[in-house]
Amino acid sequence: MLLKVENLDVYYGAIHALKGISLEVKEGEIVTLIGANGAGKSTTLNTICGLLRPQSGRITFQGQALNGLPAPAIVKLGISQVPEGRRIFPNLTVKENLELGAYLRRDREGISRSMRDVFRRFPRLEERQKQMAGTLSGGEQQMLAIGRALMSRPKLMLLDEPSMGLAPLLVQEIFNIIKEINQQGTTILLVEQNANMALSVAHRGYVLETGRITLQGKAAELAANAAVKKAYLGG
Amino acid sequence: MAVFFQQIINGLSLGSIYALIALGYTMVYGIIQLINFAHGDIMMAGAYIAFFVVVYLKLNIWWAFIISMIGSALLGVIIERVAYKPLRNATRLAPLITAIGMSLFLENGGLMVLGTDIRSYPGGLITNAQLPLTLFGIRLTATTLQLLILAITIVMMIILQYIVHYTRAGKAMRAVSYDADAARLMGINVDNTISLTFALGSAFAAVAGILLGLYYNNIQPLMGIMPGLKAFVAAVIGGIGLIPGAMVGGFALGIFETMVSGYWSSNLRDPIVFLLLILILLVKPAGLLGKNNTEKV
Repeated sequence: MLLKVENLDVYYGAIHALKGISLEVKEGEIVTLIGANGAGKSTTLNTICGLLRPQSGRITFQGQALNGLPAPAIVKLGISQVPEGRRIFPNLTVKENLELGAYLRRDREGISRSMRDVFRRFPRLEERQKQMAGTLSGGEQQMLAIGRALMSRPKLMLLDEPSMGLAPLLVQEIFNIIKEINQQGTTILLVEQNANMALSVAHRGYVLETGRITLQGKAAELAANAAVKKAYLGG
Repeated sequence: MAVFFQQIINGLSLGSIYALIALGYTMVYGIIQLINFAHGDIMMAGAYIAFFVVVYLKLNIWWAFIISMIGSALLGVIIERVAYKPLRNATRLAPLITAIGMSLFLENGGLMVLGTDIRSYPGGLITNAQLPLTLFGIRLTATTLQLLILAITIVMMIILQYIVHYTRAGKAMRAVSYDADAARLMGINVDNTISLTFALGSAFAAVAGILLGLYYNNIQPLMGIMPGLKAFVAAVIGGIGLIPGAMVGGFALGIFETMVSGYWSSNLRDPIVFLLLILILLVKPAGLLGKNNTEKV
Protein backbone atom coordinates (compact mmCIF):
# COMPACT_ATOMS: atom_id res chain seq x y z
CA MET A 1 0.00 0.00 0.00
CA LEU A 2 1.47 3.32 -1.05
CA LEU A 3 -0.81 5.66 0.90
CA LYS A 4 -3.07 4.75 3.77
CA VAL A 5 -5.38 7.22 5.51
CA GLU A 6 -7.14 5.93 8.63
CA ASN A 7 -9.94 7.59 10.60
CA LEU A 8 -8.84 11.11 9.80
CA ASP A 9 -10.50 13.93 11.71
CA VAL A 10 -9.76 17.51 10.71
CA TYR A 11 -11.22 20.71 12.12
CA TYR A 12 -11.19 24.23 10.74
CA GLY A 13 -11.65 26.10 13.98
CA ALA A 14 -15.04 24.89 15.17
CA ILE A 15 -15.99 23.30 11.86
CA HIS A 16 -15.59 19.53 11.74
CA ALA A 17 -14.39 19.27 8.12
CA LEU A 18 -13.37 15.60 7.96
CA LYS A 19 -15.22 13.11 10.10
CA GLY A 20 -13.12 9.99 10.36
CA ILE A 21 -12.35 9.28 6.74
CA SER A 22 -10.24 6.32 5.62
CA LEU A 23 -8.88 5.62 2.18
CA GLU A 24 -6.10 3.76 0.45
CA VAL A 25 -4.05 4.25 -2.69
CA LYS A 26 -2.07 1.36 -4.13
CA GLU A 27 1.05 1.79 -6.16
CA GLY A 28 0.31 2.47 -9.84
CA GLU A 29 -3.33 3.41 -9.35
CA ILE A 30 -5.37 6.45 -10.21
CA VAL A 31 -7.78 6.92 -7.33
CA THR A 32 -10.37 9.65 -7.44
CA LEU A 33 -12.16 11.45 -4.67
CA ILE A 34 -15.44 12.92 -5.89
CA GLY A 35 -18.00 14.98 -4.10
CA ALA A 36 -19.76 18.32 -4.03
CA ASN A 37 -18.24 21.64 -3.17
CA GLY A 38 -17.38 21.76 0.53
CA ALA A 39 -17.45 17.99 1.01
CA GLY A 40 -13.86 18.01 2.27
CA LYS A 41 -11.93 16.93 -0.84
CA SER A 42 -9.32 19.69 -0.75
CA THR A 43 -9.09 19.37 3.03
CA THR A 44 -8.16 15.72 2.58
CA LEU A 45 -5.38 16.55 0.12
CA ASN A 46 -4.06 19.44 2.21
CA THR A 47 -3.92 17.23 5.28
CA ILE A 48 -1.99 14.54 3.41
CA CYS A 49 0.44 17.24 2.22
CA GLY A 50 1.02 18.56 5.72
CA LEU A 51 -0.58 21.98 5.19
CA LEU A 52 -3.30 21.07 7.70
CA ARG A 53 -2.91 19.17 10.96
CA PRO A 54 -5.37 16.37 11.69
CA GLN A 55 -7.07 16.25 15.08
CA SER A 56 -6.79 12.48 15.09
CA GLY A 57 -6.19 9.63 12.68
CA ARG A 58 -3.18 8.25 10.85
CA ILE A 59 -1.64 8.87 7.47
CA THR A 60 1.07 6.49 6.32
CA PHE A 61 3.07 6.65 3.11
CA GLN A 62 5.12 3.58 2.20
CA GLY A 63 4.70 2.48 5.78
CA GLN A 64 6.00 5.74 7.25
CA ALA A 65 3.75 7.93 9.39
CA LEU A 66 3.22 11.40 7.92
CA ASN A 67 1.37 12.83 10.92
CA GLY A 68 3.07 15.92 12.25
CA LEU A 69 5.63 16.14 9.47
CA PRO A 70 5.92 19.61 7.92
CA ALA A 71 4.98 20.00 4.26
CA PRO A 72 8.59 20.15 2.95
CA ALA A 73 9.44 16.81 4.61
CA ILE A 74 6.42 15.23 2.95
CA VAL A 75 7.49 16.58 -0.46
CA LYS A 76 10.88 15.05 0.16
CA LEU A 77 9.31 11.62 0.76
CA GLY A 78 7.78 11.76 -2.71
CA ILE A 79 4.34 13.36 -2.55
CA SER A 80 3.63 16.44 -4.60
CA GLN A 81 0.44 18.38 -5.08
CA VAL A 82 -1.08 20.24 -7.99
CA PRO A 83 -3.18 22.58 -5.87
CA GLU A 84 -6.66 23.83 -6.53
CA GLY A 85 -6.63 26.98 -8.62
CA ARG A 86 -3.12 26.00 -9.80
CA ARG A 87 -1.33 28.38 -7.41
CA ILE A 88 1.56 28.97 -9.79
CA PHE A 89 3.88 31.88 -8.94
CA PRO A 90 2.76 34.57 -11.41
CA ASN A 91 5.65 36.88 -10.52
CA LEU A 92 8.22 34.26 -11.53
CA THR A 93 9.05 33.02 -15.01
CA VAL A 94 7.79 29.68 -16.28
CA LYS A 95 11.26 28.22 -15.96
CA GLU A 96 11.67 29.54 -12.40
CA ASN A 97 8.35 27.96 -11.45
CA LEU A 98 9.63 24.63 -12.71
CA GLU A 99 12.93 25.07 -10.89
CA LEU A 100 11.01 25.66 -7.67
CA GLY A 101 9.26 22.34 -8.24
CA ALA A 102 12.70 20.76 -7.95
CA TYR A 103 13.59 22.90 -4.92
CA LEU A 104 14.61 19.96 -2.71
CA ARG A 105 16.66 18.20 -5.37
CA ARG A 106 20.40 18.83 -5.62
CA ASP A 107 21.26 16.75 -8.69
CA ARG A 108 21.76 19.39 -11.36
CA GLU A 109 21.96 16.78 -14.11
CA GLY A 110 18.78 15.07 -13.01
CA ILE A 111 16.93 18.38 -12.68
CA SER A 112 17.75 19.42 -16.22
CA ARG A 113 16.69 15.96 -17.43
CA SER A 114 13.35 16.39 -15.63
CA MET A 115 13.03 19.88 -17.13
CA ARG A 116 13.55 18.41 -20.62
CA ASP A 117 10.91 15.76 -19.87
CA VAL A 118 8.42 18.44 -18.83
CA PHE A 119 9.17 20.47 -21.96
CA ARG A 120 8.71 17.35 -24.13
CA ARG A 121 5.33 16.77 -22.50
CA PHE A 122 4.31 20.44 -22.66
CA PRO A 123 6.02 22.10 -25.65
CA ARG A 124 4.06 25.31 -24.95
CA LEU A 125 5.92 25.71 -21.69
CA GLU A 126 9.26 25.47 -23.46
CA GLU A 127 8.23 28.21 -25.89
CA ARG A 128 7.21 30.40 -22.97
CA GLN A 129 9.88 29.49 -20.44
CA LYS A 130 11.15 33.06 -20.09
CA GLN A 131 7.68 34.59 -19.77
CA MET A 132 6.17 35.51 -16.42
CA ALA A 133 3.88 32.66 -15.43
CA GLY A 134 1.06 35.13 -14.75
CA THR A 135 0.86 35.89 -18.47
CA LEU A 136 -0.02 32.28 -19.39
CA SER A 137 -3.55 31.22 -20.33
CA GLY A 138 -5.57 29.12 -17.89
CA GLY A 139 -4.76 25.86 -19.68
CA GLU A 140 -1.07 26.68 -19.85
CA GLN A 141 -1.06 27.55 -16.16
CA GLN A 142 -2.58 24.16 -15.39
CA MET A 143 0.13 22.52 -17.46
CA LEU A 144 2.73 24.52 -15.59
CA ALA A 145 1.25 23.44 -12.25
CA ILE A 146 1.40 19.80 -13.34
CA GLY A 147 4.92 20.22 -14.75
CA ARG A 148 6.04 21.90 -11.54
CA ALA A 149 4.70 19.00 -9.48
CA LEU A 150 6.50 16.52 -11.76
CA MET A 151 9.82 18.30 -11.19
CA SER A 152 10.11 16.78 -7.72
CA ARG A 153 9.82 13.28 -9.29
CA PRO A 154 6.92 12.29 -7.03
CA LYS A 155 5.87 8.73 -6.33
CA LEU A 156 2.40 10.03 -5.53
CA MET A 157 0.86 13.05 -7.18
CA LEU A 158 -2.19 14.74 -5.67
CA LEU A 159 -4.30 16.69 -8.15
CA ASP A 160 -6.93 19.10 -6.88
CA GLU A 161 -9.61 20.05 -9.42
CA PRO A 162 -7.35 20.08 -12.50
CA SER A 163 -10.35 20.71 -14.78
CA MET A 164 -11.52 23.82 -12.95
CA GLY A 165 -12.17 26.77 -15.23
CA LEU A 166 -10.94 25.07 -18.39
CA ALA A 167 -12.69 24.67 -21.76
CA PRO A 168 -13.98 21.13 -22.48
CA LEU A 169 -11.33 20.44 -25.09
CA LEU A 170 -8.58 21.40 -22.65
CA VAL A 171 -10.17 19.30 -19.92
CA GLN A 172 -9.91 16.27 -22.20
CA GLU A 173 -6.27 17.10 -22.90
CA ILE A 174 -5.42 17.49 -19.21
CA PHE A 175 -7.04 14.15 -18.40
CA ASN A 176 -5.13 12.43 -21.20
CA ILE A 177 -1.95 13.85 -19.69
CA ILE A 178 -2.91 12.61 -16.23
CA LYS A 179 -3.44 9.12 -17.65
CA GLU A 180 -0.12 9.27 -19.45
CA ILE A 181 1.74 10.38 -16.30
CA ASN A 182 0.15 7.46 -14.45
CA GLN A 183 1.11 4.98 -17.16
CA GLN A 184 4.69 6.16 -16.85
CA GLY A 185 4.71 5.10 -13.23
CA THR A 186 3.35 7.88 -11.02
CA THR A 187 0.51 7.00 -8.69
CA ILE A 188 -2.28 9.56 -8.66
CA LEU A 189 -4.90 10.72 -6.18
CA LEU A 190 -7.34 12.92 -8.06
CA VAL A 191 -9.93 15.23 -6.56
CA GLU A 192 -12.61 16.38 -8.98
CA GLN A 193 -16.03 17.93 -9.19
CA ASN A 194 -16.18 16.73 -12.78
CA ALA A 195 -17.07 13.19 -11.66
CA ASN A 196 -17.68 11.97 -15.20
CA MET A 197 -14.17 12.75 -16.31
CA ALA A 198 -12.58 11.60 -13.08
CA LEU A 199 -14.31 8.21 -13.13
CA SER A 200 -13.41 7.71 -16.78
CA VAL A 201 -9.65 7.79 -16.04
CA ALA A 202 -9.58 6.38 -12.49
CA HIS A 203 -9.21 2.78 -11.38
CA ARG A 204 -11.05 3.27 -8.11
CA GLY A 205 -12.99 6.01 -6.45
CA TYR A 206 -14.40 7.33 -3.20
CA VAL A 207 -17.45 9.53 -2.79
CA LEU A 208 -17.14 12.17 -0.10
CA GLU A 209 -20.21 13.84 1.42
CA THR A 210 -19.93 16.50 4.13
CA GLY A 211 -16.74 15.07 5.59
CA ARG A 212 -17.63 11.37 5.36
CA ILE A 213 -16.92 8.71 2.77
CA THR A 214 -20.30 7.38 1.72
CA LEU A 215 -19.37 5.11 -1.19
CA GLN A 216 -16.29 3.48 -2.60
CA GLY A 217 -15.45 1.01 -5.29
CA LYS A 218 -14.11 0.45 -8.77
CA ALA A 219 -14.53 3.49 -10.99
CA ALA A 220 -16.77 1.64 -13.44
CA GLU A 221 -19.03 0.44 -10.61
CA LEU A 222 -19.33 3.94 -9.18
CA ALA A 223 -20.11 5.35 -12.60
CA ALA A 224 -22.94 2.81 -12.90
CA ASN A 225 -24.25 3.40 -9.38
CA ALA A 226 -27.71 4.97 -9.43
CA ALA A 227 -27.08 7.29 -6.48
CA VAL A 228 -23.80 8.53 -7.91
CA LYS A 229 -25.39 9.05 -11.31
CA LYS A 230 -28.15 11.10 -9.77
CA ALA A 231 -25.93 13.24 -7.54
CA TYR A 232 -22.79 13.74 -9.57
CA LEU A 233 -23.19 12.64 -13.17
CA GLY A 234 -26.19 14.73 -14.07
CA GLY A 235 -28.75 11.99 -14.48
CA MET B 1 21.38 76.34 -11.26
CA ALA B 2 24.39 75.86 -9.00
CA VAL B 3 22.08 75.16 -6.06
CA PHE B 4 20.10 72.69 -8.13
CA PHE B 5 23.08 70.58 -9.22
CA GLN B 6 24.75 70.81 -5.86
CA GLN B 7 21.60 69.59 -4.17
CA ILE B 8 21.32 66.72 -6.65
CA ILE B 9 24.78 65.59 -5.53
CA ASN B 10 23.85 65.94 -1.85
CA GLY B 11 20.48 64.31 -2.46
CA LEU B 12 22.06 61.28 -4.09
CA SER B 13 24.13 60.57 -0.96
CA LEU B 14 21.21 60.98 1.40
CA GLY B 15 18.94 59.10 -1.00
CA SER B 16 21.41 56.21 -1.14
CA ILE B 17 21.18 55.81 2.59
CA TYR B 18 17.37 56.02 2.52
CA ALA B 19 17.28 53.45 -0.27
CA LEU B 20 19.44 51.00 1.68
CA ILE B 21 17.12 51.26 4.68
CA ALA B 22 13.98 51.22 2.55
CA LEU B 23 15.06 47.93 0.96
CA GLY B 24 14.81 46.20 4.33
CA TYR B 25 11.37 47.65 5.00
CA THR B 26 10.10 46.62 1.64
CA MET B 27 11.55 43.10 1.65
CA VAL B 28 10.04 42.33 5.04
CA TYR B 29 6.72 43.85 3.99
CA GLY B 30 6.82 41.85 0.76
CA ILE B 31 7.22 38.57 2.58
CA ILE B 32 5.04 38.91 5.70
CA GLN B 33 3.13 42.20 5.14
CA LEU B 34 4.64 43.69 8.28
CA ILE B 35 6.00 47.20 8.63
CA ASN B 36 9.00 46.44 10.82
CA PHE B 37 9.19 49.67 12.80
CA ALA B 38 12.28 48.38 14.61
CA HIS B 39 14.18 48.47 11.31
CA GLY B 40 15.63 51.95 11.87
CA ASP B 41 16.88 50.81 15.27
CA ILE B 42 18.61 47.80 13.75
CA MET B 43 20.39 50.37 11.59
CA MET B 44 21.47 52.16 14.79
CA ALA B 45 22.75 48.87 16.21
CA GLY B 46 24.74 48.36 13.00
CA ALA B 47 26.33 51.79 13.36
CA TYR B 48 27.38 50.98 16.94
CA ILE B 49 28.74 47.52 16.11
CA ALA B 50 30.97 49.17 13.52
CA PHE B 51 32.00 51.83 16.06
CA PHE B 52 33.12 49.18 18.56
CA VAL B 53 34.93 47.22 15.86
CA VAL B 54 37.03 50.22 14.80
CA VAL B 55 37.53 51.70 18.27
CA TYR B 56 38.10 48.62 20.42
CA LEU B 57 39.15 45.93 17.98
CA LYS B 58 41.10 48.53 15.98
CA LEU B 59 40.15 46.95 12.69
CA ASN B 60 39.71 48.95 9.52
CA ILE B 61 36.40 50.22 8.18
CA TRP B 62 35.91 47.30 5.77
CA TRP B 63 36.06 44.79 8.61
CA ALA B 64 33.66 47.04 10.47
CA PHE B 65 31.22 46.79 7.56
CA ILE B 66 31.47 42.99 7.43
CA ILE B 67 31.21 42.38 11.18
CA SER B 68 28.41 44.90 11.56
CA MET B 69 26.44 43.33 8.70
CA ILE B 70 26.76 39.89 10.30
CA GLY B 71 25.89 41.18 13.77
CA SER B 72 22.89 43.16 12.56
CA ALA B 73 21.66 40.22 10.49
CA LEU B 74 21.74 38.08 13.63
CA LEU B 75 19.91 40.77 15.58
CA GLY B 76 17.25 41.01 12.87
CA VAL B 77 16.74 37.23 12.89
CA ILE B 78 16.53 37.11 16.69
CA ILE B 79 13.94 39.90 16.69
CA GLU B 80 11.91 38.08 14.07
CA ARG B 81 12.02 34.75 15.90
CA VAL B 82 11.31 36.18 19.34
CA ALA B 83 8.84 38.96 18.61
CA TYR B 84 7.14 38.33 15.26
CA LYS B 85 7.15 34.60 14.59
CA PRO B 86 4.87 33.73 17.53
CA LEU B 87 2.33 36.16 16.01
CA ARG B 88 2.41 34.68 12.51
CA ASN B 89 -1.25 33.63 12.70
CA ALA B 90 -2.49 36.61 14.71
CA THR B 91 -4.29 39.59 13.20
CA ARG B 92 -2.06 41.97 11.26
CA LEU B 93 -2.37 44.61 13.95
CA ALA B 94 -0.65 42.46 16.62
CA PRO B 95 2.80 42.19 15.00
CA LEU B 96 2.59 45.85 13.97
CA ILE B 97 2.14 46.95 17.57
CA THR B 98 4.84 44.51 18.60
CA ALA B 99 7.16 46.14 16.06
CA ILE B 100 6.55 49.54 17.62
CA GLY B 101 7.26 47.99 21.03
CA MET B 102 10.44 46.41 19.75
CA SER B 103 11.51 49.76 18.34
CA LEU B 104 10.99 51.49 21.69
CA PHE B 105 12.81 48.63 23.42
CA LEU B 106 15.86 49.00 21.19
CA GLU B 107 15.89 52.80 21.50
CA ASN B 108 15.59 52.88 25.26
CA GLY B 109 17.73 49.79 25.73
CA GLY B 110 20.31 51.56 23.58
CA LEU B 111 20.14 54.68 25.76
CA MET B 112 20.56 52.54 28.86
CA VAL B 113 23.48 50.45 27.64
CA LEU B 114 25.26 52.92 25.37
CA GLY B 115 24.46 56.11 27.24
CA THR B 116 23.19 59.36 25.84
CA ASP B 117 26.57 60.50 24.53
CA ILE B 118 26.87 61.38 20.90
CA ARG B 119 29.90 59.57 19.54
CA SER B 120 31.70 59.80 16.26
CA TYR B 121 33.84 57.46 14.26
CA PRO B 122 37.56 58.16 14.64
CA GLY B 123 39.04 60.40 11.97
CA GLY B 124 41.01 58.94 9.10
CA LEU B 125 38.80 55.86 8.69
CA ILE B 126 38.27 56.84 5.12
CA THR B 127 39.88 59.58 3.11
CA ASN B 128 37.39 62.36 2.77
CA ALA B 129 38.58 64.92 0.28
CA GLN B 130 36.72 67.64 -1.59
CA LEU B 131 36.43 66.97 -5.29
CA PRO B 132 35.93 70.07 -7.41
CA LEU B 133 33.50 69.36 -10.19
CA THR B 134 32.53 71.50 -13.13
CA LEU B 135 29.23 70.82 -14.84
CA PHE B 136 28.06 73.08 -17.71
CA GLY B 137 30.54 75.65 -16.45
CA ILE B 138 29.11 75.55 -12.92
CA ARG B 139 31.54 74.82 -10.11
CA LEU B 140 30.23 72.24 -7.68
CA THR B 141 31.72 70.20 -4.88
CA ALA B 142 31.35 66.58 -4.03
CA THR B 143 33.33 64.70 -1.41
CA THR B 144 34.97 61.32 -1.79
CA LEU B 145 32.66 60.14 1.01
CA GLN B 146 29.65 61.07 -1.10
CA LEU B 147 31.04 59.08 -4.00
CA LEU B 148 31.79 56.17 -1.70
CA ILE B 149 28.23 56.19 -0.34
CA LEU B 150 26.80 56.12 -3.84
CA ALA B 151 29.22 53.42 -5.00
CA ILE B 152 28.58 51.16 -2.00
CA THR B 153 24.84 51.58 -2.45
CA ILE B 154 24.96 50.66 -6.11
CA VAL B 155 27.13 47.61 -5.39
CA MET B 156 24.74 46.50 -2.62
CA MET B 157 21.77 46.88 -4.95
CA ILE B 158 23.45 44.79 -7.63
CA ILE B 159 24.24 42.10 -5.05
CA LEU B 160 20.62 42.14 -3.87
CA GLN B 161 19.26 41.87 -7.40
CA TYR B 162 21.57 38.93 -7.97
CA ILE B 163 20.47 37.17 -4.78
CA VAL B 164 16.78 37.74 -5.41
CA HIS B 165 16.75 36.79 -9.07
CA TYR B 166 19.45 34.21 -9.58
CA THR B 167 19.86 32.19 -6.40
CA ARG B 168 17.80 29.33 -5.03
CA ALA B 169 17.15 31.28 -1.82
CA GLY B 170 16.05 34.34 -3.81
CA LYS B 171 13.55 32.30 -5.80
CA ALA B 172 12.25 30.89 -2.52
CA MET B 173 11.85 34.44 -1.17
CA ARG B 174 9.85 35.52 -4.18
CA ALA B 175 7.71 32.37 -4.01
CA VAL B 176 6.97 32.84 -0.30
CA SER B 177 6.14 36.51 -0.80
CA TYR B 178 3.50 35.55 -3.33
CA ASP B 179 1.99 32.42 -1.82
CA ALA B 180 3.46 30.87 1.31
CA ASP B 181 1.37 27.68 1.21
CA ALA B 182 2.19 27.01 -2.44
CA ALA B 183 5.85 27.56 -1.50
CA ARG B 184 5.53 24.92 1.24
CA LEU B 185 4.23 22.50 -1.36
CA MET B 186 7.47 23.02 -3.28
CA GLY B 187 9.40 21.95 -0.18
CA ILE B 188 10.44 25.48 0.75
CA ASN B 189 10.99 26.05 4.47
CA VAL B 190 8.92 29.20 4.88
CA ASP B 191 10.22 30.07 8.36
CA ASN B 192 13.84 29.93 7.25
CA THR B 193 13.04 31.98 4.17
CA ILE B 194 11.41 34.67 6.32
CA SER B 195 14.46 34.67 8.62
CA LEU B 196 16.75 35.02 5.65
CA THR B 197 14.74 38.04 4.51
CA PHE B 198 15.17 39.68 7.91
CA ALA B 199 18.88 38.86 7.85
CA LEU B 200 19.36 40.45 4.43
CA GLY B 201 17.31 43.53 5.27
CA SER B 202 19.18 44.00 8.56
CA ALA B 203 22.58 43.66 6.90
CA PHE B 204 21.56 46.39 4.47
CA ALA B 205 20.42 48.54 7.38
CA ALA B 206 23.83 48.05 9.02
CA VAL B 207 25.56 49.42 5.93
CA ALA B 208 23.17 52.38 5.93
CA GLY B 209 23.85 52.99 9.62
CA ILE B 210 27.61 53.12 9.13
CA LEU B 211 27.31 55.39 6.09
CA LEU B 212 24.98 57.68 8.01
CA GLY B 213 27.42 57.78 10.94
CA LEU B 214 30.25 58.69 8.60
CA TYR B 215 28.17 61.25 6.69
CA TYR B 216 26.91 63.19 9.71
CA ASN B 217 29.96 62.33 11.79
CA ASN B 218 27.92 61.24 14.78
CA ILE B 219 26.08 58.24 16.13
CA GLN B 220 23.67 58.06 19.04
CA PRO B 221 21.07 55.58 20.27
CA LEU B 222 18.12 57.48 18.77
CA MET B 223 19.74 57.97 15.37
CA GLY B 224 17.47 55.33 13.80
CA ILE B 225 14.17 57.07 14.42
CA MET B 226 14.06 59.82 11.82
CA PRO B 227 15.97 58.07 9.01
CA GLY B 228 13.89 54.97 9.72
CA LEU B 229 10.66 56.90 9.27
CA LYS B 230 12.00 58.67 6.19
CA ALA B 231 13.03 55.37 4.64
CA PHE B 232 9.57 54.03 5.37
CA VAL B 233 8.17 57.03 3.50
CA ALA B 234 10.61 56.26 0.67
CA ALA B 235 9.43 52.64 0.50
CA VAL B 236 5.80 53.78 0.34
CA ILE B 237 6.58 56.38 -2.34
CA GLY B 238 8.23 53.73 -4.50
CA GLY B 239 5.58 51.12 -3.76
CA ILE B 240 5.89 49.08 -0.60
CA GLY B 241 6.81 45.45 -1.22
CA LEU B 242 8.64 46.25 -4.46
CA ILE B 243 12.43 46.14 -4.40
CA PRO B 244 12.92 48.55 -7.34
CA GLY B 245 10.34 50.79 -5.65
CA ALA B 246 12.53 51.10 -2.55
CA MET B 247 15.51 52.07 -4.69
CA VAL B 248 13.59 54.67 -6.71
CA GLY B 249 11.74 55.93 -3.63
CA GLY B 250 14.96 56.30 -1.64
CA PHE B 251 16.73 58.37 -4.26
CA ALA B 252 13.60 60.39 -5.03
CA LEU B 253 13.08 61.24 -1.37
CA GLY B 254 16.74 62.11 -0.79
CA ILE B 255 16.79 64.53 -3.71
CA PHE B 256 13.38 65.98 -2.82
CA GLU B 257 14.54 66.62 0.74
CA THR B 258 17.77 68.35 -0.21
CA MET B 259 15.86 70.49 -2.74
CA VAL B 260 13.45 71.63 -0.05
CA SER B 261 16.41 72.49 2.21
CA GLY B 262 18.32 74.17 -0.60
CA TYR B 263 15.56 76.31 -2.05
CA TRP B 264 13.32 76.79 0.91
CA SER B 265 14.27 76.00 4.45
CA SER B 266 15.76 73.10 6.40
CA ASN B 267 13.11 73.64 9.05
CA LEU B 268 10.37 72.83 6.58
CA ARG B 269 12.12 69.71 5.28
CA ASP B 270 10.57 67.15 7.63
CA PRO B 271 6.99 68.48 7.62
CA ILE B 272 7.05 68.56 3.83
CA VAL B 273 8.39 65.00 3.59
CA PHE B 274 5.53 63.69 5.70
CA LEU B 275 3.07 65.85 3.78
CA LEU B 276 4.38 64.09 0.69
CA LEU B 277 3.63 60.73 2.33
CA ILE B 278 0.04 61.79 2.95
CA LEU B 279 -0.31 63.04 -0.63
CA ILE B 280 1.09 59.80 -2.10
CA LEU B 281 -1.24 57.72 0.05
CA LEU B 282 -4.19 59.82 -1.15
CA VAL B 283 -3.31 60.00 -4.81
CA LYS B 284 -1.39 56.83 -5.60
CA PRO B 285 -1.49 54.51 -2.60
CA ALA B 286 0.30 51.71 -4.46
CA GLY B 287 3.32 53.98 -4.93
CA LEU B 288 5.19 55.21 -7.99
CA LEU B 289 6.00 51.72 -9.30
CA GLY B 290 2.96 49.94 -7.88
CA LYS B 291 0.12 48.82 -10.10
CA ASN B 292 -3.13 49.67 -8.42
CA ASN B 293 -5.14 46.55 -9.08
CA THR B 294 -2.49 43.93 -8.54
CA GLU B 295 -2.46 44.11 -4.76
CA LYS B 296 -1.45 40.73 -3.38
CA VAL B 297 -4.03 38.71 -1.52
